Amino acid sequence: MNVNVPPHAVRTTDTSRVDLLLIAEMVRPGARVVDIGCGDGTLLRLLASRRGVDARGIELSQAGVNSCVAQGLAVIQGDADTDLVHYPDLAFDYAILSQTIQATYSPRHVLEQLLRIGRRVIVSFPNFGHWRVRTQLLFGGKMPKTDNLPDRWYDTPNIHLCTIQDFLDLCRHVGAKVERVVALNAYGTKLGVSMPLFAQNLFGEQAVFLLSR
Amino acid sequence: MSEAPVSQAFLDHSVRLAQIANPESQIVHYDNPLPLDCGEKLAPFSIAYQTYGRLNADKSNLVLVCHALTGDQHVANIHPVTGKPGWWDTMVGPGKPIDTNRYFVLCPNVIGGCMGSTGPSSINPATGRPYGPDFPVITIADMVRSQARLLDHLGIHDVLCVLGGSMGGMQVLEWASTYKDRVFSAVPIACAARHSSQNIAFHEVGRQAVMADPDWCQGRYLEQGRSPRKGLAVARMAAHITYLSDDALHTKFGRNLQDREKITFGFDADFQVESYLRYQGLSFVDRFDANSYLYITRAMDYFDLAADHGDALANAFQGTRTRFCLVSFTSDWLFPTEESREIVHALNAVAANVSFVELKTKGGHDSFLLHEPELFDTIRGFLNSAARHRGVVEPEGWVP
Repeated sequence: MNVNVPPHAVRTTDTSRVDLLLIAEMVRPGARVVDIGCGDGTLLRLLASRRGVDARGIELSQAGVNSCVAQGLAVIQGDADTDLVHYPDLAFDYAILSQTIQATYSPRHVLEQLLRIGRRVIVSFPNFGHWRVRTQLLFGGKMPKTDNLPDRWYDTPNIHLCTIQDFLDLCRHVGAKVERVVALNAYGTKLGVSMPLFAQNLFGEQAVFLLSR
Repeated sequence: MSEAPVSQAFLDHSVRLAQIANPESQIVHYDNPLPLDCGEKLAPFSIAYQTYGRLNADKSNLVLVCHALTGDQHVANIHPVTGKPGWWDTMVGPGKPIDTNRYFVLCPNVIGGCMGSTGPSSINPATGRPYGPDFPVITIADMVRSQARLLDHLGIHDVLCVLGGSMGGMQVLEWASTYKDRVFSAVPIACAARHSSQNIAFHEVGRQAVMADPDWCQGRYLEQGRSPRKGLAVARMAAHITYLSDDALHTKFGRNLQDREKITFGFDADFQVESYLRYQGLSFVDRFDANSYLYITRAMDYFDLAADHGDALANAFQGTRTRFCLVSFTSDWLFPTEESREIVHALNAVAANVSFVELKTKGGHDSFLLHEPELFDTIRGFLNSAARHRGVVEPEGWVP
């Protein structure tokens, strides 16, 4: 599903690694994992090398799939919106949706499916509540563009952007239990866990949620 | 598909016939009968096979290649009848995607075939004459059952990877379904879990062409020293069109005329595409047996993996631990991507470990036999990864 994210939207290596390392750290070694929107397989490789996990991936772009499979990763072409229904209940210990939910047609449906097929669900997304986004809209009067969200409103694949608070509301709505929330600032550094939620929603550029049913 | 000059051996019919009883391959004979899906038992029977590379000490590097309808066991050596390179010479060999420096590659001729494994042109022990139409109707499952016997004979319990395209892919699926504990990984290419109505229809056209030839003699042409060459050639011509694509034919031939300036207002091969098809038909009958063509097309028609498992394809793979890699081609209209996707969905339903690539090609169904670098990368990457997970020891100095 990284096809939806143009190359210039990819965060700097150091920062994105923190994001992925954080996800990898949440995964129990040896678990059954599916990474939905696995792109070029960076997280799959990380999970294999750091956590000894034999993870599978689903990727929308055929070019991404082919390159993953040629590297020996178990990846199929598929769409988060339509293809999760083919998996049985609790097929995986972890279902991961990294930087993809904002590009799906039906985030609620996708989240419900994730909670059905995975014992635990890890979702990461760009936080639209970040102060830079807020100030751009407030003072510029135009749809915000940031390093994290560089596209213009008419050519962005991100059709369902949300804030950390919005996502918490959705979790409550679908009955998901939030086990852990981590917000990362622009430098990819974790914000303190003691920071109140409104502050995380203001200073977090992206968020990683660990959920269960 | 090349039109290289054919060897003298190729033109000599007796060379082909000699392969039936005394193939230039290793051969194993069984007296113990092979139970068939039709209820009959085949006994005695033989399997002719080729091997490449060497079996390692813990017997963990076996790669089983299943051939397609008109293929045979000569994967990567000079073919004893045609004198041409083997049908998967680009894929199998030292340093090739299926690297024989690391893997032990085995390819058996299917039963029902005509290159040394027991088929309708073999001698029926009950009569002392060729089976002909008395040969029992066989299925894909029968082929696979006989191959499992071959593995037993070789003292190898399980396969690192079983691969095949088209009918070879059907055998791969059957292997993965029936012998779950013997298949570590599986690569079904350009195939389906059941033969479609359209494909059965094409096969029926081919069979009718063979049977309409007076030289078919109700299937007893060998006893009468005849051969339904015209019927089989027409069957091959029709089938060959289905293996290509409109795009491939157009690119290769367009409406170009064959050795002439203008159309002749007759029924000679005015167009290059006609000449090409006639050549394909004629060269085929010099290396293939007409009755084998009938029996093997029938085996494909009968293939329906879901029907054998309560009409739910997922049931065929319940409890599987095999690693799968499915491959389809955009230009393949005989076994379109949708067919592979159905298999992927069934495998997802049992949470199997699946990879699936659809490759962009122009060559139609035959793409799996052609020089397609992306296919090579896929197979090499998947196979080496399977070997890593299986813990196959790399030979010293081996470079993936």
